[in-house]
Amino acid sequence: MIETLKERVNCDAGLVRRGRFLTTTFLLEIGAAVWLISIHEGRIVSVTKGPFVMPSSSFALRTSEAEWDRFCERRPPPGSNDLMALIKRRVLKAEGELQIFMANLRYFKEALGKLRREGAAA
Amino acid sequence: MSATFEPIIGRYMQLELFGRAHRVYVEEAGEGTPLLCLHTAGADGRQYRGLMNDERVTRNHRVIAFDMPWHGKSSPPQGWHDEEYQLTSAQYTTMILAVVDALDLDRPIVIGCSIGGRIALHLALEHPERFRAIIGLQAGAHVDPYYDLNFLHRPDVHGGEVAAAIVSGLVGPDAPDKEKWETLWHYMQGGPGVFKGDLYFYKIDGDIRARIAEIDTKRCPLFLLSGEYDYSCTPEETLAVASSIAGSEATIMKGLGHFPMSENPGEFLKHLLPVLEKISGR
Repeated sequence: MIETLKERVNCDAGLVRRGRFLTTTFLLEIGAAVWLISIHEGRIVSVTKGPFVMPSSSFALRTSEAEWDRFCERRPPPGSNDLMALIKRRVLKAEGELQIFMANLRYFKEALGKLRREGAAA
Repeated sequence: MSATFEPIIGRYMQLELFGRAHRVYVEEAGEGTPLLCLHTAGADGRQYRGLMNDERVTRNHRVIAFDMPWHGKSSPPQGWHDEEYQLTSAQYTTMILAVVDALDLDRPIVIGCSIGGRIALHLALEHPERFRAIIGLQAGAHVDPYYDLNFLHRPDVHGGEVAAAIVSGLVGPDAPDKEKWETLWHYMQGGPGVFKGDLYFYKIDGDIRARIAEIDTKRCPLFLLSGEYDYSCTPEETLAVASSIAGSEATIMKGLGHFPMSENPGEFLKHLLPVLEKISGR
């Protein structure tokens, strides 16, 4: 599922345009699984699944399988409907150089929202 | 194609607040019982366009919304460039009472959302005789900070972009796209540091948990309306306020979020109109 992120994001010209000043690699950890997601000027260039020995990323988002599953529902329940909702409930940890995450927050919300079932927007 | 005009009229008011001259923008529509509307943090009175454009509200109510100083079309006071904006409970209360006096409003109904909902609780506690009834939207007694507020005002993060991005998830899933994005546009237009300065009241200075049970609804009726999808002021927090205040009435609005009057006026009015009827029948 996470691997489909590249195609889903890159097919959205508006989202890619919004991220045109964003080039970074961030780490997404869901339960025991981990991915490094590289972005170049708004386009996802690679989604690489771990495990990694020494993963290098600007920031990391870490949550559980159950929480991520609810976030990815077509219509998530209250409290699971947004990355900030998960952070508020302390079930998503955002760690690292968060300036990149916050300066591009709308991009990251909408990009990860692409993983919702049936492709509903964030 | 001919233009149509909304019934909303806007004016600028010169008003002394906290010993300083202020230029405050006020909008209103309708006639009847004054209904004073308080906007959320980091936004402005345009959030109440749905009420001001609805004849079911305006035929019996003079609906008034003002932009707080530093917000919308209101100006910051002279000297603003050398200070940090930070809203306190005392300033907020003083400002509302000054506007009520300046407009000569006779015991208005006050409706406030988020920080407006919180200050409405302060008003219910400290000035119940001044108001006919109080309607708190997304009115919790306290909200714990859940992100680093410094991101709202630093040169390497665009303030308007981040403010709207932070609150975007607070909009309920059923909000029409037009209303959702107009609501977020207001956030994108906020001045540097203003949203952060409002949150000083919301998250730090305006904590009213210890006094909430002292509100006397016999002196001023209190209605609480909160959106199901708000994770800032959650339904649980609203219900906790309601259970602490005898005689208060709380409704959790299905599918709505943190900006009910702005994100989805059509659905919100289904909840508000019965409350206004109850108040008029008292």
